[in-house]
Amino acid sequence: MTATSLSAAEAGFVSCETCALLSRPVDGSEPGHCRRCGGKLESRRHHSIQYTWALVVAAAICYIPANILPVLNTTTLGSTDSDTIMGGVALLYTTGSWPLALIVLIASVMVPLGKLIALSYLLISVQRGSIQSNRDRTRLYRLVEIIGRWSMLDVFVDTFTVALIQLQPLMSVEPGPGVLFFAAVVVLTMIAAESFDPRLIWDSNAMRRFDG
Amino acid sequence: MGQPGPAMSDPGEIVACPECDLLQHLPELEPGARARCPRCGNTLASQAREPIDVPLALTLAAAVVFIIANTTPLMGLSAVGRHASTTIPGGALEMWRQGEMITAVIVAFCAIIAPGGYILFMLTTLLAAKRPPAPHWVGELLRWADSVQPWSMNEVMILGILVALIKIAELATVEPGIGMYAVGALVVLFTAIMITFDPREIWKRIEWTDDVVETGR
Repeated sequence: MTATSLSAAEAGFVSCETCALLSRPVDGSEPGHCRRCGGKLESRRHHSIQYTWALVVAAAICYIPANILPVLNTTTLGSTDSDTIMGGVALLYTTGSWPLALIVLIASVMVPLGKLIALSYLLISVQRGSIQSNRDRTRLYRLVEIIGRWSMLDVFVDTFTVALIQLQPLMSVEPGPGVLFFAAVVVLTMIAAESFDPRLIWDSNAMRRFDG
Repeated sequence: MGQPGPAMSDPGEIVACPECDLLQHLPELEPGARARCPRCGNTLASQAREPIDVPLALTLAAAVVFIIANTTPLMGLSAVGRHASTTIPGGALEMWRQGEMITAVIVAFCAIIAPGGYILFMLTTLLAAKRPPAPHWVGELLRWADSVQPWSMNEVMILGILVALIKIAELATVEPGIGMYAVGALVVLFTAIMITFDPREIWKRIEWTDDVVETGR
């Protein structure tokens, strides 16, 4: 494959995010619409860094109640037990299914935290104009995009547990307030990953070239 | 630049990588081949053998399986002479009843609306593009399919169902239902659709929106 060393933006083009057609923007701030598919053209996602930071901070705030508050309340013959996410992991571990405990631990605790750290690192490195390990940073972004959805695991587990165990008055399971915060963390980090524009990682290269 | 720059009227096969914006020439691909960006390694294009018919057949199958997955029980439970079972919509509904409205909506969106929407948009897109030129609204549908796709979480849901099943098995006798196998089949079908479908094929066949503007339709 032949490649230039120019990005579309440097060459004065904008690439349609939907159909990948290259167009010449009508003007820099208002590139207009794609002539083929009619999609709104954007050289870089609008206010990418600000939006992503706002969503990362909001998700980080929700992450705390998501882990402290119970996600499930189990009522057995009048007595109620509350389980947090970690409590659920511990329960799976003690009942002997450690592979499942590990999966839930990774999906529910480590992946959301890892996503917050990874997105913060990407944002800071872009803001500082880093030109180091661009390829690895793009790979990290791709990983965040692919893996993020798996955090929804615990929300599904809780939903189907609640839906199935409704044997009043013997035993019933109700969702706890932690579920909402937990689902919020997953949704917010997913939108954050979508609003981050990986092309910004590579834009610093061009800036350095013009400066030097 | 090593080749003529992209011209306004005919952009040809010069593309910018969607992940790093590098301009490059995209070669004609053999069936089964894929092209990667030399700078960031992103897959730019892959050439499927039957870019319309195979994904269309798979999407039709997915539509049938989707209906089964949403109407049959995922799992059933027997304890002290009582029996209970749940479906996917039943799960979201129970969350709503228990006062977790927002969570119920998120679950319904990721488990029912997003996969259902993806099937619907893809089916319409593929049927409309079967005979070129594809009408210009196909572009809009494909954009919608693209935006609901990340929220369609069949594969996460099947793992969630399995974990719930094993957790509940500690307390009572549970048996998997038809719905669970249907969700498993959906995971396979969705993966197959994404592998065999090539959006570039649709863009090749589409009627440009600026043609529509110029002819005043």
